[in-house]
Amino acid sequence: MLSERFAFLLFAAIALVGAVNVVTRRNPVHAALWLVGSFLGVAGLFLTLGAGLLGAIQVMVYAGAIMVLFLFVILLLNLETTPFEGLSIARGASLLAAAATLALVVVPFATAKELRAPATPDLPELPATAGNVANALFTKYALPFEVVSLLLLIAMVGAIHLARRPRRGEPA
Amino acid sequence: MAPQAWYLILSALLFGLGLAGFVARRNSLVMFMSVELMLNAANLVFVAGSRDHQAARGTACALFVIAVAAAEVAVGLAMVLALFRLKKSVGADEARELRA
Repeated sequence: MLSERFAFLLFAAIALVGAVNVVTRRNPVHAALWLVGSFLGVAGLFLTLGAGLLGAIQVMVYAGAIMVLFLFVILLLNLETTPFEGLSIARGASLLAAAATLALVVVPFATAKELRAPATPDLPELPATAGNVANALFTKYALPFEVVSLLLLIAMVGAIHLARRPRRGEPA
Repeated sequence: MAPQAWYLILSALLFGLGLAGFVARRNSLVMFMSVELMLNAANLVFVAGSRDHQAARGTACALFVIAVAAAEVAVGLAMVLALFRLKKSVGADEARELRA
């Protein structure tokens, strides 16, 4: 009991520190590396929640593939550190929007009694193991699964088309 | 077992940070990273709900979110590359015209 709370606090701290640094670092490479830390913290939270499959996928897909893509692009562009962007209307609006989100979400969540209760006992036992997730994916969610594979194909073709250098004489 | 409210509050914090980063930063790469933070926060809600309702379906939905995030990053980074070729910068303020 206590150890799960300790694990939650540890991984939550990792995820939050990473997220704060992603937003505040001026060097995009530093931001990307902090984002890896944040993703690993969330992967730890998935493990704490008993979703080991998703934790592994989070490490492989997010912390692995997506972040490598980010770092490749940053290094390819050879960016210098961006100058301090200064206080602006956008920055004030962002703080306002973030505060509003927090107020809208945190206050009802923190006060709702139902959310403090442990897992509902009357539902059938169906933990998020790989087998149960696969059952849901390939029966109830078979159509969305196929749509997602189509989406990935479209994204791949679109990314190749967008990143392709135009041939000589061809408009960009 | 940590209460579900803790997970939801943490998720709201992560989402708020991502939102703030998306609105405040002008570097389009960091803006994409902020979007990733927000998607990740949404995943946390799915998995926390999945645990408390003993349903693997929430985890399946989180898998879909990860797939959409991967597609978004691939297309988004290709767009950043195209913008950099055109303007020699990745600042979101540079993309003001629909034609080159």
